[in-house]
Amino acid sequence: MAIDTREQAIDRLLLAREIEEFLYNEAELLDERRYSDWIELVADDVHYHMPIRRNVKFGEWDRENSRAGTEVSWFDEDKLSLVGRVRQLETGLHWCEEPASRVRHIVSNVQVVHAAGDEVQARCRFVVYKNRVQDHEDLFIGKREDLLRRDPITGWKIAKRTIILDQNVLLAKDMNILF
Amino acid sequence: MVLKSSSERSLSALVNLDQGFVSRELYVNPDIYQQELEQIYARAWLFVGHESMVPNPGDFVQSRMGEESVLLVRDHKRKLHVFLNTCRHRGNKVCRYDDGNTRLFTCSFHGWSYDSDGKLVGVPHYKTAFHEELDKSALGLHEVAQMCDLNGSIWATWDRNAPSFEDYLGEFEPSIRHCFDATDGTENGAQLLLPIQKFRIPTNWKFAAFSFDGDALHGTTTHRSLGVFITEGLSVMADENSRPEPVVERGGPFGRTLELSSRELGHGNHQSLYERPIDQIPYVPSWEKHEPPEVEEYYRRSWEKRGKKFAGQYLHGRGGAHVFPNINVQDDRHLLWHPHGVGMTESWRIFPLDKDAPEIVREATLRYALRSCGPSGVTESDDMENWNYAMEASSGTIARRLDYPFQSGLGHAYADERVPGIAVNQLSAEENQRSRLRRWVQFMEAGSWDELYPKKRER
Repeated sequence: MAIDTREQAIDRLLLAREIEEFLYNEAELLDERRYSDWIELVADDVHYHMPIRRNVKFGEWDRENSRAGTEVSWFDEDKLSLVGRVRQLETGLHWCEEPASRVRHIVSNVQVVHAAGDEVQARCRFVVYKNRVQDHEDLFIGKREDLLRRDPITGWKIAKRTIILDQNVLLAKDMNILF
Repeated sequence: MVLKSSSERSLSALVNLDQGFVSRELYVNPDIYQQELEQIYARAWLFVGHESMVPNPGDFVQSRMGEESVLLVRDHKRKLHVFLNTCRHRGNKVCRYDDGNTRLFTCSFHGWSYDSDGKLVGVPHYKTAFHEELDKSALGLHEVAQMCDLNGSIWATWDRNAPSFEDYLGEFEPSIRHCFDATDGTENGAQLLLPIQKFRIPTNWKFAAFSFDGDALHGTTTHRSLGVFITEGLSVMADENSRPEPVVERGGPFGRTLELSSRELGHGNHQSLYERPIDQIPYVPSWEKHEPPEVEEYYRRSWEKRGKKFAGQYLHGRGGAHVFPNINVQDDRHLLWHPHGVGMTESWRIFPLDKDAPEIVREATLRYALRSCGPSGVTESDDMENWNYAMEASSGTIARRLDYPFQSGLGHAYADERVPGIAVNQLSAEENQRSRLRRWVQFMEAGSWDELYPKKRER
């Protein structure tokens, strides 16, 4: 890998900082239940995918995460269905989120993997904590891979999101929150 | 059976289905739960998997019967087996992978290894430590007493005295058999996809298993938030329960959806019983405008082809059913409710697709099913919430003294010559739940299959 000039290094840092800021702001919108504002950050051609994690033999890692479209996943969504989910959360009648859960998205280890043109591939780790009603707790921990696209209004839009949840049997009774 | 912790009330005193009352103890009492594992799960026919999950010699998938892990395996002569997933030496799981292909199942504890037909073929230090005296032939993987391949679907029981699976299903055998056809009626035309969605609901298994396909009345309340999907142009995503017409009167232009219950065997479903034979019922478009037109076209052609195959019948050929005790086989998904402690259920969703459907149809169908079903689905997530808190709020010392009423449609079931042997009731009836609970009492009290299935002797 070629060594960056000082100028290139600063550009890289600025981009990384900008992506971090975008992801932290996104987390803030979700945690403050501003779902209608959040959906504005989602590109119209988004693919939002959470595979199921298989227990596979050593070396069969390519089978570990289920493939979108042809295998069973937890989420395999487009913009229309995410809009539907946001509307459902805002009805006040979606009982698994009524009364609303207390949800915190902790985003860390943010890395820009690749940047080309107006698109950036970024990855991060997440800890999503959900606490609801009196004593119900769910913890969702994993890795997220995002394709972000520059947008004149929102700064960036989420064009693709893959959510790698570190569970096999889902240890939650439902998972109708946004990651 | 007598309860240790409930002032000596016998089971039959806890259940009065003629009056439509059931004690909450059935759902919250740990002694009853332990008895269920013996009386029901060690004797009943249970769903294990499907041929399509293990197409090649050496293929396996880890499944479950009751609380216990089992392996569905296709051996090297292509024969299917269902084994308890436990090493015969010290009981370790011989397989901790969800699915895959293997020549041998080798235990990671002392290295005992089993062939794909279950035979114990390898014992390390067989000569030096066991002096070649260990009888390997008696220590193969423990296999189920009976297995049945019904149109590609695999079922098993631990009880050699259980009746055949076809007899176990009784009047619902066609509904279940045809659910594993392709949608156009092609025999064994379904494929069941992997991986399986597995998740835990803090509730007793019966809350889910006995109400699914037996509780149409919950829809307009539980699933009320689904109405937004209709306004967003996503009506397919909205469960039929959330449609605006009153649940009691629901039905298409050609016949009402009704509750059909097995009179004796505890199975049942919700199904349209048409006023005209199925070959005279036109296809009702049901796919979203934004989906590729090939999808609608595929299902239209399938409907018409199936109509011809089942010409003259008044049920639509598929429709699925609850199979006692813990699975609902449906057109678009299969729902399993495994007992996992008195207050915990491990639920599984398995999704079927037509084997030979074009890729575009398979993708659209799967996408729809995933959005609607399971813990991340917009429909079922609200069921989990309600079952969870029904369990919690039924468990208290005072709460469990109360009974649940199961009275909707009580005494209003009738016979219909088009579906012989089946009790028909309006959709909103709780007949299916009463039917399952009646069968539950029989299982819990019966000493053997002779009492549970007297027909076997008559036939």
